[in-house]
Amino acid sequence: MSEVKKYPAPVTNPETAAFWDAAKEGKFMIKRCTACGEAHYFPRSICPFCYSDKTVWEQASGEGTIYTWSLMRKSPTGPYAIGYVTLKEGPSVQTNFVDCDLEKLKIGQKVKVVFKPTDGAPLPFFTPA
Amino acid sequence: MTIKGKAYIAGIYEHPTRHAPDKSTAQLHAEVAKGAIEDAGISKDDVDGYFCAGDAPGGAWPMVDYLGLNTKKLRHVDSTETGGCSYIIHLGHAAEAIAAGKCSIALVTLAGKPRTGAMPPRAAGAEVDFESAYGATTHNAYGMCAMRHMHDYGTTSEQLAWIKVAASHHAQYNPHAMLKDVVTVEDVLNSPMISDPLHRMDCCVVSDGGGALIVTTPEIAKSLKKPLVRLIGHGEAMKGPRGGKDLDLTYSAGVWSGPRAFEEAGITPKDIKYASIYDSFTITVLMQLEDLGFCKKGEGGKFVTDGNLISGVGKLPFNTDGGGLCSNHPVNRGGMTKIIEAVRQLRGEAHPKVQVKNCDLAIAHGTGGLLGVRHAASTAILERV
Repeated sequence: MSEVKKYPAPVTNPETAAFWDAAKEGKFMIKRCTACGEAHYFPRSICPFCYSDKTVWEQASGEGTIYTWSLMRKSPTGPYAIGYVTLKEGPSVQTNFVDCDLEKLKIGQKVKVVFKPTDGAPLPFFTPA
Repeated sequence: MTIKGKAYIAGIYEHPTRHAPDKSTAQLHAEVAKGAIEDAGISKDDVDGYFCAGDAPGGAWPMVDYLGLNTKKLRHVDSTETGGCSYIIHLGHAAEAIAAGKCSIALVTLAGKPRTGAMPPRAAGAEVDFESAYGATTHNAYGMCAMRHMHDYGTTSEQLAWIKVAASHHAQYNPHAMLKDVVTVEDVLNSPMISDPLHRMDCCVVSDGGGALIVTTPEIAKSLKKPLVRLIGHGEAMKGPRGGKDLDLTYSAGVWSGPRAFEEAGITPKDIKYASIYDSFTITVLMQLEDLGFCKKGEGGKFVTDGNLISGVGKLPFNTDGGGLCSNHPVNRGGMTKIIEAVRQLRGEAHPKVQVKNCDLAIAHGTGGLLGVRHAASTAILERV
């Protein structure tokens, strides 16, 4: 069921286009502010912490741990598990967990990024590491 | 500058319908407006302030026109949209406008029909490409909060179930409630899992309907016939993951809106006799009780157990109309009915079986958006004069 699930293509915009271009190459990008040093996600051009415009793209490790999750038992496209992953680099990101037994997810579990195709740029998901 | 005591709730009306396939959404707005105006004992043509949120078809100016408000007199409008707590925010904003002399009789309306048909989607935020594919819904967004709360504090499904049990004890006396049967902790635990760890009975109902308020000056309120209920404290706040750095799903923006309201009112949670707490899900109530200071963070589970929220049984009677968990959740927005039941309690107009004795101080608190993603919160402290 999850194998055939169709995900919407990102619309993208000038502020985030570089993220999606990198995703096409299998790279998971975050933004880091060179003024305050903080990383953030989803990417902005202005740092949400110090308001500097000196933010730069950085390829993230794609590794993190599950902060929380919830298994939606029914939906028109079948069950799915939504959650947040706290990346090694710091920021927490919303995602779905895929390619695993969704009933065995655990807070604190190590996960890694995996991209799934859409009609446009691929989307990042996470799966047990 | 404070709004303490500067504005009174002179009119309330909750639409009795829970399913309205035979009515238009604008019509429901008009019916609740008429109800609140008649409850206050004023004339429609006296209304000089109008407040509505995203549920009002077309927004403020089409509604003002449709409702036939007196545009020669109408001089203040506010269409602040913060989801389910919009109306608690409107109450505060109405008080601010009244205190500043910008209007003297404010009408606030809410109405809609999510039970009859799907609601129009919200406009996308900047996060759309980074979140929309993951299917955040109310169920799983609140499920994520409950999951983390259980992990951090040992909160259990049994404890959450007590919140539904308390609501059902109250709903049995509400003839309009959608779910009137008293349920047990076991009933909740045995209901199907919807989105872990929330069961079906941890979730509120979906209902058509609406409600309205009339907010006015002390002078006008005193010239009318209803028992006097005034706003003495108000707070509003917002919370989100802010770049992924601030993600903590174990507390809500109520942790900021609550203290602001209590400080303005000059009272503490211990003084509250009745609490209307937004109950989109059982976990919503538990987190907000902690955030508002009714118990310590992490101790909400213990606080709600053994009927502590049941009127006449526990220390903090809550949602005596049955709330969103059992009575109704008009337009998937619970803020309006939270204010209305609090006013009923302060007026002594709640059902006799659930009326709190000597109820002179009440709180109406709600959230809007998704606690598990980003949301707003608003707190109103109300006093019977």
